[in-house]
Amino acid sequence: MAYTVEVADLTKSYGATEVLRGVDLTIPAGTVHGMLGANGAGKTTLVRILATLIGYDGGTARVAGHDVARDARAVRGAVSLTGQYAAVDEVLTTRENLTMVARLRRLSGAASAARTDELISRFDLGAIADRRATTYSGGQRRRLDLAMSMVVPPTLLFLDEPTTGLDPRSRDQVWATVRELADTGVTVLLTTQYLEEADQLADRISVLDGGRIVAEGTPEELKTQVAGEVVRLTYGDTAAYEAALATLRTPEVTADRVLLTVDVPTDGSPESLRRLLDSLAVAGASPRRVGMHAPSLDDVFLTLTNPKQEALR
Amino acid sequence: MSTATTISDAVLDSRVMIRRGLIRSARDPEAFFTALALPVALMLLFVYVFGGAMSTGGEYVDYVVPGIILLCAGFGAGTTAVAVADDMTNGIVDRFRSMPIAAGSVIVGHVVASVARNAIATALVIGVALLIGWRPDAGVAEWAAAIGLLALFVLAISWLAATVGLLARSKDAANAFTMVLAFLPYVSTAFVPAHTLPTALRGFAEHQPMTPVIETLRGLWMGTSTTGQPLADQAWWALGWCALILVVSAVASARLFRRRTT
Repeated sequence: MAYTVEVADLTKSYGATEVLRGVDLTIPAGTVHGMLGANGAGKTTLVRILATLIGYDGGTARVAGHDVARDARAVRGAVSLTGQYAAVDEVLTTRENLTMVARLRRLSGAASAARTDELISRFDLGAIADRRATTYSGGQRRRLDLAMSMVVPPTLLFLDEPTTGLDPRSRDQVWATVRELADTGVTVLLTTQYLEEADQLADRISVLDGGRIVAEGTPEELKTQVAGEVVRLTYGDTAAYEAALATLRTPEVTADRVLLTVDVPTDGSPESLRRLLDSLAVAGASPRRVGMHAPSLDDVFLTLTNPKQEALR
Repeated sequence: MSTATTISDAVLDSRVMIRRGLIRSARDPEAFFTALALPVALMLLFVYVFGGAMSTGGEYVDYVVPGIILLCAGFGAGTTAVAVADDMTNGIVDRFRSMPIAAGSVIVGHVVASVARNAIATALVIGVALLIGWRPDAGVAEWAAAIGLLALFVLAISWLAATVGLLARSKDAANAFTMVLAFLPYVSTAFVPAHTLPTALRGFAEHQPMTPVIETLRGLWMGTSTTGQPLADQAWWALGWCALILVVSAVASARLFRRRTT
């Protein structure tokens, strides 16, 4: 099937609070989809609906071709959930946790033991395999969590904020693991509030804000959607700054009178840059410094999600 | 692919969850001994401190043991309610709920572990009772019947506790259930015969589920009754109450497990 996740006009309220206000989402099989949003944007609610943990009020949701509401058991057979609060049994050891999931997925005793050993080595859990999960670091717990989700490789893997609360080194380890999983063809729905994480891992990103998808595209598309790359000209005196503004009379130019900077849109090619600087030199408006400025996903995020607007609604 | 849970699926899932429950219990001895220590202390208190003032016809220890065993089962059930409530806040339960497994299996795991803990606790209470002079007058058949009834009672109260654990939104709320169970035996024939109670309490004591269980056990072990009813009548009431609690709890807990939305 072409799409692992097909969601249309999905709504969900808790009492008077609308958490999802009509979400549309399709995720092609074998891709990593990033769901980006601030706390309370509705990311976890969406994941919990798709994982059959909670119901929804309106719209449709299909996972791996199965209707989430009508055929929950088939959906459960196709998904694995890696939760915000790691979905591991803390009283049990790594080995016990993995064997438990293997047995629940009907692997035989011998097959369970073999799969457990395989996952312990693949997810680098050997040193802690027989220690209780309560003693693990955050990174170790997430790796066990991921390993438990991969006992039987799912059609769709949910990664709900997989690196929240991890130190940078553990985060890099989890990222590396996620990339490896993605390479095996597992479809991943990743929720995160970290733009860098979505940029690093996701093929496509949806920005969720106030229960709606406010933007969607590849990380590159989203960046260009907000503002293209600009050449930032910095001036040392007002005269040259004014001269530059007089020369560059296009609506795309943005200027800062206090900092004496002028941002000019560019395609980044040397030719366009040379033309720009030549025309400025002719007009006696050569800048003191020239810099290239590419928008980050942070710019995208801050432009698309405005917390003040949200509070007023 | 069949989308329904078959009986054999439910059995296989439950086996995995029972193993989980037993491992978890074995790693939490504090909860077990806390739930054991209080009933034993109460037994010693009642037998040695209050027992002399109690007129129940015969040695007070012979009278009080069935009540102490039920009290112990009540504390044990409290542990179960707290364990279930705590478990529901763990990420692992989200994993279970998003897996294609039988809805009741997680609770079955808790309940069976609870029954296992209670079996050990009951054996210890009986051991202490024998040490301090309890002398039951019962043959093999009576002992078998008493153990069978106790097992059914513990199963029912454990399942009820698991249901309460699912309903409770926190460990503290679940813990309050322990207080109810620990109080109920006082308003039964556990410590004093019902006819010694004030009228209002007496009506409750004679008709609440713990009384027929206690009376049946006492009848089996000592051949005595404080309510004047025949042993068989008491036994049917006891079995009926246990079966009712068991069925209602089993159905309710399976539904609650799937329905929880937080």
